[in-house]
Amino acid sequence: MIGFISYLVNGISLGSVYAIIALGYTMVYGIAKMLNFAHGDVIMIGAFVVFSTVSGAGLPPVVGVLISVVACTLLGMAIERIAYKPLRKASKLAVLITAIGVSYFLQNVALLIYGANTKSFTSVVSIEPITLADGAMVISGETIVTVIACIIIMIGLMTFMKYSKAGRAMLAVSEDSGAAQLMGVNVNSTIAMTFAIGSALAAIAGVLLCSSYPSLTPYTGSMPGIKAFVAAVFGGIGSIPGAFIGGILLGVIEILGKAYISSQLADAIVFAVLIIVLLVKPTGLLGKQIQEKV
Amino acid sequence: MKKALSLLLVGAMTLSLAACGNSSDSAATEENTAAESAGTESEADGEAAFKIGGIGPITGGAAIYGTAVQGGIQIAVDEINEAGGINGYQIAYQFQDDEHDAEKAINAYNTLKDWGMQALVGTTTSAPCIAVVEETHNDNMFQITPSGTAVECVQYDNAFRMCFSDPTQGTESAKYIGENGMAENEKVAVIYDSSDVYSTGIYEAFAAEAENQPFEIVSVEAFTADSKTDFSVQVQKSKDSGADLLFMPFYYTEAALVLAECNKQGYEPVFFGCDGMDGILGVENFDVALAEGLTFLAPFVAKSEDEMVQNFVSKYEAAYGETPNQFAADAYDSVYVVKAALEAAGATPDMSVSDLCDAMVEAMSSVTYDGVTGKSITWSADGEPNKAPLVVQVVNGEYTEL
Repeated sequence: MIGFISYLVNGISLGSVYAIIALGYTMVYGIAKMLNFAHGDVIMIGAFVVFSTVSGAGLPPVVGVLISVVACTLLGMAIERIAYKPLRKASKLAVLITAIGVSYFLQNVALLIYGANTKSFTSVVSIEPITLADGAMVISGETIVTVIACIIIMIGLMTFMKYSKAGRAMLAVSEDSGAAQLMGVNVNSTIAMTFAIGSALAAIAGVLLCSSYPSLTPYTGSMPGIKAFVAAVFGGIGSIPGAFIGGILLGVIEILGKAYISSQLADAIVFAVLIIVLLVKPTGLLGKQIQEKV
Repeated sequence: MKKALSLLLVGAMTLSLAACGNSSDSAATEENTAAESAGTESEADGEAAFKIGGIGPITGGAAIYGTAVQGGIQIAVDEINEAGGINGYQIAYQFQDDEHDAEKAINAYNTLKDWGMQALVGTTTSAPCIAVVEETHNDNMFQITPSGTAVECVQYDNAFRMCFSDPTQGTESAKYIGENGMAENEKVAVIYDSSDVYSTGIYEAFAAEAENQPFEIVSVEAFTADSKTDFSVQVQKSKDSGADLLFMPFYYTEAALVLAECNKQGYEPVFFGCDGMDGILGVENFDVALAEGLTFLAPFVAKSEDEMVQNFVSKYEAAYGETPNQFAADAYDSVYVVKAALEAAGATPDMSVSDLCDAMVEAMSSVTYDGVTGKSITWSADGEPNKAPLVVQVVNGEYTEL
């Protein structure tokens, strides 16, 4: 029983990281209608910025995280401006390929700057772990911070979307960008802001990911990025609570699958569940059913 | 105007992308020019040079191994050329990037063949090596892999190996653990990478040999290349199995994560790794206390007091600013083995690739080599080296030879 609870906690912790990354995917998809495959690599850049500022320059972790959030926000906006904006009228496929190109670009830049050697990331969390049941179960400080951060971010985003003017502009653009423009919404700056928020989240996700799993390479972001994309589709891409639920479920399924079925088949199980969900509900768990009127 | 600007930006990005992709090539080109100038130099004396090629990943996730091999070969080549070459002929050397990808390794091989390579020191990693050995076998070219550990890397007569094969390492590890009673309660847990030939090869041989040993494997957990971020389940299961020793046949990148996870869960077994752990202390910012007591079998310890090792280590450090790992050492030795074979065969650079290969393969059976990765090494006809492994343990944050 202790074992099960402990696996569950680990699953929620992993899932929370997926959820924060998935929130970035889902926002950009919902509003700009594009799959930003470079998102995972922005995470990696965010983690490297913290690595340089905290472990390298010796700044306090909070300052490092703030610098990283600012750097990633600027990076996200720059990517949008340089790589995606000129393609706004181009086909979806062209944008997708560009996103993959940006992803490789970021990986190779990191490779040039930091080299291929693995870096060990010092956790920015200094909360003592909680030990339960005589050491049979340990909940680390990272787990606690990750889960809390994930919930705060989700609630914050939903509040922002619902009550702020900018958030409602985002909703309007996501529903019909043409109509939103006619109503006086600046579509371009709205999309730029979406990228800014998504990339800021990526920085936080990068810090939390590497605090829990302290190994940092230029390829650190790619696999969690893909898993988080799956989580976003799983929960219904474009939906904020969907990304949250999708991320948590994905993490829990992955860990429980590893623990009780097979540690080798963990990914197969995750993707099998995804296929089943999509067969039953093609738009994902919380995806919106859009009816085309003839 | 806007269109022009965006075109410009797209152009700039393409260029920078191309620059990134080519960074390896430019490094290789430098080598190339260096090698060519060396070649021209010796040709100016009216003599040809032996053309030796090297292949390995110098970009991508496995770049650390390829760059080490590239550097190791370079040092040996420079030393040999300075000392007068092989049979009086200089060596020309070129290195190509394969990004740890079988297809790209074939391309790299073809590039080197076009250049006129006569013997191959490579490839660095197992999967590309298995692909390239098919080609060298077809062309009947002499090949020695410094670090391709998979059995199939040397499946043909023309191919030899400098390092231990995966099964040898698994068997030797199991014997060492059994004979030295490293697992106090005779219970051993294993975590391995089921998507990697290296890790699986070691694990399978380890499990087979464990039957003959006093200990028992009580828990076997795997991970794959696609899910190697979270090790909480594998570590917890090993902990729950009550094992006193955790055998970890995989690379140090994952090992750093597993060690951190064990620390987090308060699990303190004896850690026994494999030669892929060499380098864990060099992970930037790594808390070396986590690796304290980690033991593994390796062919090379940079701290050894052996004169040859010290000579190699100081030259490598002077040239590249870092301590050489076993990949660099294996590559360094491989070049000297090529030299030994060429000398034993009395070969000259004007011989055809195939004749050269036949002569060298024949000579290999008589070669006994003393190098930085072992003494009195001989080769059996199947291409495997006969040498004794060193036992390395992390003590006070440094690799120490036991």
